[in-house]
Amino acid sequence: MSAQTSMQTTTYREAVKQAIREALIKDERVFLMGEDVGHYGGCYAVSKGLLAEFGPERIRDTPLSESGFVGAGIGAALGGMRPIVEVMTVNFSLLALDQILNNAATLLHMSGGQFNVPLVIRMATGAGKQLAAQHAHSLEGWYAHIPGLRILSPATLEDARGMLWTALQDPDPVLIFENNTLYNLEGPLAENAGPVDIDKARVRRPGIDITLITYSASLFKCLEAAEALAQVGIEAEVIDLRSLRPLDDATYLASIAKTHRALIVDEGWRSGSLSAEISARIMEQAFYDLDLPVERICTAEVPIPYARHMEEAALPRIETIIATVQRMVRHG
Amino acid sequence: MMQAPLDKQHAIQQLRQMLLIRRFEEKSAELYSATKIRGFLHLYIGEEAVAVGVMAALTPEDAVVATYREHGQALARGMSADRIMAEMYGKQEGCCRGRGGSMHLFDAATRFYGGNAIVGGGLPLAVGLALADKMQGRKRVTCCFFGDGAVAEGDFHEAMNLASLWKLPVLFLCENNLYAMGTALCYTQAVEDLSSRGACYGLASAFVDGMDVMAVEEAARRATDHIRQGNGPYLLECRTYRFRPHSMFDTEMYRSKEEVEEWKKRDPIDLLTSRLRENGLCDDHEMAALEQDVATEVEASVVFAEAGTWEPVADLARFVYSERRGA
Repeated sequence: MSAQTSMQTTTYREAVKQAIREALIKDERVFLMGEDVGHYGGCYAVSKGLLAEFGPERIRDTPLSESGFVGAGIGAALGGMRPIVEVMTVNFSLLALDQILNNAATLLHMSGGQFNVPLVIRMATGAGKQLAAQHAHSLEGWYAHIPGLRILSPATLEDARGMLWTALQDPDPVLIFENNTLYNLEGPLAENAGPVDIDKARVRRPGIDITLITYSASLFKCLEAAEALAQVGIEAEVIDLRSLRPLDDATYLASIAKTHRALIVDEGWRSGSLSAEISARIMEQAFYDLDLPVERICTAEVPIPYARHMEEAALPRIETIIATVQRMVRHG
Repeated sequence: MMQAPLDKQHAIQQLRQMLLIRRFEEKSAELYSATKIRGFLHLYIGEEAVAVGVMAALTPEDAVVATYREHGQALARGMSADRIMAEMYGKQEGCCRGRGGSMHLFDAATRFYGGNAIVGGGLPLAVGLALADKMQGRKRVTCCFFGDGAVAEGDFHEAMNLASLWKLPVLFLCENNLYAMGTALCYTQAVEDLSSRGACYGLASAFVDGMDVMAVEEAARRATDHIRQGNGPYLLECRTYRFRPHSMFDTEMYRSKEEVEEWKKRDPIDLLTSRLRENGLCDDHEMAALEQDVATEVEASVVFAEAGTWEPVADLARFVYSERRGA
């Protein structure tokens, strides 16, 4: 990398938009399809302006037919296109779950290797905007349960900008989950930022006392907690999973070999969750590295409530992360 | 009934294909009882005129999306009986290496996209295949088979609307055999005229006697001509009947023997044979030769499947993801 990389200030929203623009410019097989992506400019304004630049064939507004247009995306991928299908929120994606599971994830295997599905589906996920129980869940962990899919959760501007192109090069279906609270995230991004790998977890903050394993918006809660903990002499290492399926076990196991303590912070529900899966893997592969049991901070097992104080109480909180880490480090 | 002049060679070919499907499936049922074939087995017997008539209107470049009752479509499309039988045996020489079985036949060479066992699940896929053709400027048709049961699914309505909205080259081919599994149309549909659904979405639509292979072919040609001229999708309802139970587990408590016998009087193979005989185009000798020819092909498929091999268990996780990631 050049030492002279010039930086610009941008937002997560803009980074995703530029990623889509780049893909549309570089590959004529790419098109964007979804509810309100064209004339409205995108539910989260991600695709604002793209209709004027690329036209209605490639910035394709769809009716409210999640199963229909996700299935059409699968068919178009089979037919040689490289569709980016946008689903408004993860809750709505359940209307297309049949197509995602029974077709996208399954066709390659069921056809004995004949038909792969090079499709990218993007959707917003997560709570924090008082949108209540039908717009705000974090179901990416469910999708990570499904063989045949690749599940990505870009948290940083680099990943928001860089994961899409790599996902489009993948011969199999890739789901990209964008936490709705991140769209306004602002920060510096290299002007020449481009494609990034979609395989590896990243150490976002080095530390020696405990490993915090997280992804997406919870990454920033963990980083903030880690800064506060540093004030009291605890150095937390923060791992951003980036890819939820497949999981990059090696990165967090290497960290645990060093810190001997692990806390998983996951915005999904606790039971049968991604955090449960990671905890099991640590138990299977790093049991003797641990000084004390793995702990988890997840969203309370309730439908996300509307009232702000209740929503905040339901989600993983920075204070809880700090208190849990302090207790774990003291005891271990 | 339409009485177009008969082209002997073509008519004999249609008859042969229907006979092949019939005898292949009779053998499949036998092999099911002998536990050579397992899982679900849905027979097409009685409905052969639909697949055979429609396929005649398609070109090799067109695509086909079918349902779990798709042996007929696969054979009529030109997939080899050997590889279909081997698939049902679960052998790796099968069209899907034994990964799919009876309900999931796929074949890239003939652009046969399954074999979908989620009722209605293939319709959005067909819309997407047609969208890809349209966006890439290819003049091809995607033909999507589905049953009367699928008309009740949301995917049917979503797909019809999308295809019409975007003027896509899809032939929606409804095989109305009067029963969604074991529940009659009158218990599941407020309006039993299924072809009328086309009008809701601005689709050209028609229905045809699905027991008459010539009529089906003629109707399918009208539909594909309409589509190939760039007029958008078309809904064709073929009114047909399955002579056998829904699957091998069905005890058929929901319909009378008399009803089945009444429909058997309109057996599509008998209908075409009679017409050929009336026109002096087929005699006993030719009929026997045709039967023999088909029997040989079916027998050969069983020999092929029996001789097939089991995929090594070490290959279990292959094809969950592509073996080569893109450039």
